[in-house]
Amino acid sequence: MSKKIIPVGPYHPLQEEPEFFQLHVDGERVVDIDIIIGYNHRGIEKLCEMRTFDQVVFVVERICGICSISHPSASVNCIEDCARVTAPLRAQYIRMIIAELERIHSHMLWLGLAGHFIGYNTVFMWAWKYREIVLDIFERITGNRQSYAMFKPGGIRRDIKKEEVPKIINELGELERSLEMFRGAVLDDPVLHARLKGVGILTREDVITFSAVGPTARASGVAIDVRKDDPYFAYDKVDFDMIVTENGDVFDKVIVRVLEMFESVRIIKQGLTGMPDGPYDTPLKDMPPGEGVGRAEAPRGEVYHYLRSDGSNTPARYKVRAPSFMNVATNAVSAVGQSIADATLTLAAVDPCYCCTERMQAVDYKTRKKVYNWSDLVRLSQEKTQQLKKKF
Amino acid sequence: MIKGIFYFLIFPGFLFTAAMGCLSGWFDRKLTARIHWRVGPPWYQNFVDFLKLLGKEIIVPADSMRGLFLFAPVTAVIGATLLSVVLWQPNLRTDSGFLGDLIVAIYLSMIPALALIIGGMASRNPLASLGASREMKLMLAYELPFIVSIATVIIKNGYTIRLYEMVQHQAAHGAIIGSPSGFIAFIVALLCMQAKLGLVPFDIAEAETEIMGGPLVEYSGAPLGFFRLSKLMMLFAMPVFLITVFWGGIAPGALGAAVGLGKLLVILLVAVLIKNTNPRLRIDQALRFFWGPVTVLAVISILLTLAGL
Repeated sequence: MSKKIIPVGPYHPLQEEPEFFQLHVDGERVVDIDIIIGYNHRGIEKLCEMRTFDQVVFVVERICGICSISHPSASVNCIEDCARVTAPLRAQYIRMIIAELERIHSHMLWLGLAGHFIGYNTVFMWAWKYREIVLDIFERITGNRQSYAMFKPGGIRRDIKKEEVPKIINELGELERSLEMFRGAVLDDPVLHARLKGVGILTREDVITFSAVGPTARASGVAIDVRKDDPYFAYDKVDFDMIVTENGDVFDKVIVRVLEMFESVRIIKQGLTGMPDGPYDTPLKDMPPGEGVGRAEAPRGEVYHYLRSDGSNTPARYKVRAPSFMNVATNAVSAVGQSIADATLTLAAVDPCYCCTERMQAVDYKTRKKVYNWSDLVRLSQEKTQQLKKKF
Repeated sequence: MIKGIFYFLIFPGFLFTAAMGCLSGWFDRKLTARIHWRVGPPWYQNFVDFLKLLGKEIIVPADSMRGLFLFAPVTAVIGATLLSVVLWQPNLRTDSGFLGDLIVAIYLSMIPALALIIGGMASRNPLASLGASREMKLMLAYELPFIVSIATVIIKNGYTIRLYEMVQHQAAHGAIIGSPSGFIAFIVALLCMQAKLGLVPFDIAEAETEIMGGPLVEYSGAPLGFFRLSKLMMLFAMPVFLITVFWGGIAPGALGAAVGLGKLLVILLVAVLIKNTNPRLRIDQALRFFWGPVTVLAVISILLTLAGL
């Protein structure tokens, strides 16, 4: 059979966001892959530089709709790091609880989508049905099902009321029962084993080469988790396990995510019971010139935010690096050599989030050459910074 | 002449099969929806879906082989219609059919799948040709055990290949499905039916999330409607085929029709449950599944039959 290009994207039922994978196939086997992103660039970093530090947290919350608390987590860490303040302990606990609730709902969402990708629509519908429990908890404690606007530099906006705690613990019990069902369904289904085991293997070496993070790395035996390696919020005060498996195939990626949800439930329960009383907000007075770095473990891996302040009320530079940026690139090794049916699964197994990942590149449409190379970009950036410095 | 036209176009031909197919399709959709905790569509959903597609613009890709591309969906519908006509003759006891109509029915049951392959190839879309090649492999996979399981029936019915005699024989000696060998053959045929109808876990050729509907990717408007209709018609005709050869057929009269409907619903129920409790297989796994365990089962049923069980 001759070589063909099978397009997965820019609009494809496999993934709900615009992205483009060109699968070069020989018959049914994928021999090469081109990963093309950049359909949805929104200039978030630039937007952040035009907003005050309080507003930055709102803007970065809009980077991603699914993990809408991971970017604010990294952002508040980053701003607080730069401002040399620490949020009160109660705020840290509540932040942790919300971040873990979000991990559960994000993993549930992925589990449902993964079911849909392999044609198992019952899993799709059931996972999303039980995900509603988490969304209901969110609605009660933050007022929103998505984009909670809970975090602010120096604390949080709303407290979790005392009478809410037993209710939430009760609902978590219900959630745990449904998670048990999914764990059983994944571990015991022979057809799922046949379909997912040994598919899209990402070796430990490849994970290190590509700097993959999050469940993608942990499924390949690389124990990397910001919550353990560099504890933020109140993660050093609760007891939980890092789930690491060895095989690196799609099946292990499912297992890591399913088991992580149980750990998240554990963390939330400990957080709810161990939460100290006290204030949940400290006012942020002024921002000294300097730099700040914030990390957070998003459901997909490490989110990294960098901030440079020149003493004004807006950041002079804001930089975001989302986990999918590294994870999507691993498809270049894990999807090659698979059949198309397996390659599409592999593409989806890293739980990609393109909105977080978008990078821009200017290309001359006629000559198909890059308009700016590295030194051009550095020069442009310096000129722009100078202009802005003069302006403000 | 008039009777013939009525036979082919109204009952039990095109109109009846299409209407029953749409209702069977609704049963599938509604049951699937309930399993998914959804509400599901109203009973007329498939009818209005088809009518809507008839009113849509027909886009023929510039590179495609225009004639074949448009001819394939019509062929699929004609195949399903003829299959239904051949199957209903013995069930209505109107005509004793002809010698070898079982073989004709088997051939006719392949035509919608063949039409899908032709249509996919004619559209010249890489995704469609990939889907067509998968459909071809799938056909190779399921036809072998299917025919072997039908062989069991032929032996059990006293070496007849006339559907009418099969129904008569079963009426006299009890349905084939009642014996161990017949039951095994029925299970095999049921699995093959699942693949013939392109239901999960064998919807490999259409695989929405992999190749975006495969052969159907370039189809729009009325041709797409006809393909969808042929699938729905097969969703009715294939269970009737299984009922006729394995399960004593459908007796005439109101009671017979009610029992027949019950049998149809049972077969559909099993198919829908399999569909909703399994992920999609890979094409090589499907091939291994049909040529391995399923064919072995079919051969066992033949051996049991020869042993008199």
